[in-house]
Amino acid sequence: MSDYTLNKLKAPRLLYWGIFLFLGFLILIGLASSAYMEHEGHYVTGMNNQIVWGLPHIFAVTLIIIASGVLNIASMSSAFNKKLYKPLAPLSALFAIAFLIAGLIILVLDLGRPDRLIVAMTTYNFKSIFAWNIFLYSGFFVILAVYIWSMLDFNVNRFSSLVGKIAFGWRIILTTGTGSIFGFLVAREAYSTAVLAPLFIVMSLLYGTAVFYLLLRVISRLQSIDIPDEITKNIRRLMIIFLLANIYFLILYHITNLYISKQIAVESFILLNGGGYTTMFWLGQVGLGLVIPLLYEMTNDEGRSFGLTITSLMALVGGFFAVAVIIIGGQAFPLNIFPDHIILESSFYDNVIHSYTPSIFEFGLGVGGTSLALIIILILITNLKFIPAKK
Amino acid sequence: MNNRRHFLVKSASALTMTFIVPSLLSSYAQAKKPLDQKVTDKKSWGMHIDVDKCADGCTACVDACNEENGLTGFGRPETDSQWIRKIKIKDKTTEKITTMPMLCQHCENPPCCDVCPTGASFKRVDGIVMVNQHTCIGCRYCMMACPFKARSFVHETLSTQNTNAPRGKGCVESCNLCVNRIDHGSETTACEDACIKAGHNAITFGDLKDSNSKVRLAIESNSPRRLRDDLNLKQKVFYSNI
Repeated sequence: MSDYTLNKLKAPRLLYWGIFLFLGFLILIGLASSAYMEHEGHYVTGMNNQIVWGLPHIFAVTLIIIASGVLNIASMSSAFNKKLYKPLAPLSALFAIAFLIAGLIILVLDLGRPDRLIVAMTTYNFKSIFAWNIFLYSGFFVILAVYIWSMLDFNVNRFSSLVGKIAFGWRIILTTGTGSIFGFLVAREAYSTAVLAPLFIVMSLLYGTAVFYLLLRVISRLQSIDIPDEITKNIRRLMIIFLLANIYFLILYHITNLYISKQIAVESFILLNGGGYTTMFWLGQVGLGLVIPLLYEMTNDEGRSFGLTITSLMALVGGFFAVAVIIIGGQAFPLNIFPDHIILESSFYDNVIHSYTPSIFEFGLGVGGTSLALIIILILITNLKFIPAKK
Repeated sequence: MNNRRHFLVKSASALTMTFIVPSLLSSYAQAKKPLDQKVTDKKSWGMHIDVDKCADGCTACVDACNEENGLTGFGRPETDSQWIRKIKIKDKTTEKITTMPMLCQHCENPPCCDVCPTGASFKRVDGIVMVNQHTCIGCRYCMMACPFKARSFVHETLSTQNTNAPRGKGCVESCNLCVNRIDHGSETTACEDACIKAGHNAITFGDLKDSNSKVRLAIESNSPRRLRDDLNLKQKVFYSNI
């Protein structure tokens, strides 16, 4: 028999309700923001016919990437048979399901016609990677639900390793699909490369692990338990590997683009003269998100939970910038409709760097969606036994 | 008294609906193509644009398109729909400056249709690429995929619409080569008509499969090119003298 047991969250009543109401309030703000955008039309947002995907998409893509990556811990247990992570596997799968729901809700509520969700669920164009993603996301949801059930129900526990392996394979395909949403766009020079798919996978590994650790810290605080040093040390090691992998794929992605002469213009836009986008890339994505946490962890004392918390936070904020640079930066650079010409005049902004200032409603929707993930986690860990403790 | 009056009014209305209205409609329908006729691949619609004939400062095609399709702006150029726009370009080598209309290029391999999750973006067998306003969910992935920035998203509530060009708030739209005209048997677009009327004759529209059509003759006599030919999208809109 195992030497651990799973418990419900036993946070102080007042604190629990405080968090619950706060998150609930943010969710209401998200719903109100969405309702306002749909009622008025998208002109009230910062998005326009030039920047068609904005802040809601940054939130949604980040959350979906996290959903895939946060399953890491469970995969380590089921797919790679690391016993250390086994007690944490149900929690990891729960986080994955919560972040997936949140990301998808934001995407749906930002649609021009969210009322036609049923059309998206019943009418498919199988040549579209978007349509495939709908299958990948709903399939992931089902697999995760079965996975959690197999881990928590003793009667079906023998299947948990198998379902865990399926979930691991599925999440790799899922993140490939998310990266391919951009990678398959031949029109946009910042995107059209298959390197985006593995880049998204390593991003998911990093951000997912960071989120898992941060939530684990919060839960251990609420439950008044300590995270074993061994877990902290292992997660720290994972973080270092994922930071290095991210740096590797990021360099590969940009070198690939720099090598293709027609993509040099957009590369110099992101890397050198893109103003805010260049700043977001170097300071946010590279500096805050990758280099500083890596240097910090490599020079830091092993096993310090505070240090790992800071690293995780930096990686996460940097990740948000990374997705913003990919989504907004890629659209801000004008399309190369006439490679041999300079566009002098256009009524449709063909000749200018497109500007984007997100509105408060988009921010409200993003924060509301993120809060939804957190409230799902809060409700489920309070009512079901997810939190491991030594017997 | 009242009953008798009602009876007479209703009888007269019924007679009108039974005999007069259908006869009026049938005379209209006879002159046009029946709408229940299926679209076939016997025709392939396309356009030729001679940029040397396109006049700088002239917006006749844009104005005509806006009127034909009821595209009234809201004074917000970043979010207002544009199905056709005028662009002025300069050749990097020769420094020749040209002005030309840009619109949906009606690709044979349209990236917008490839990426559309619901198939709302579709290509008809006669080559027209358009959006089904009933199944578009407003995800804007087609706008991300189009290399020509030909599409617009309806950002506002629409209060007045032309019956021949239904539009939808929260949906994506673009030039459909005046599909309503074509389905009624016409062989011109609003922009072509306007360009001819303005005396420029830069735009020529017609059936690419008909070797005697004016668009085929224009293409054969001008050796035009497609924009971004490297993408191999095989557009049905050709440009000469760029």
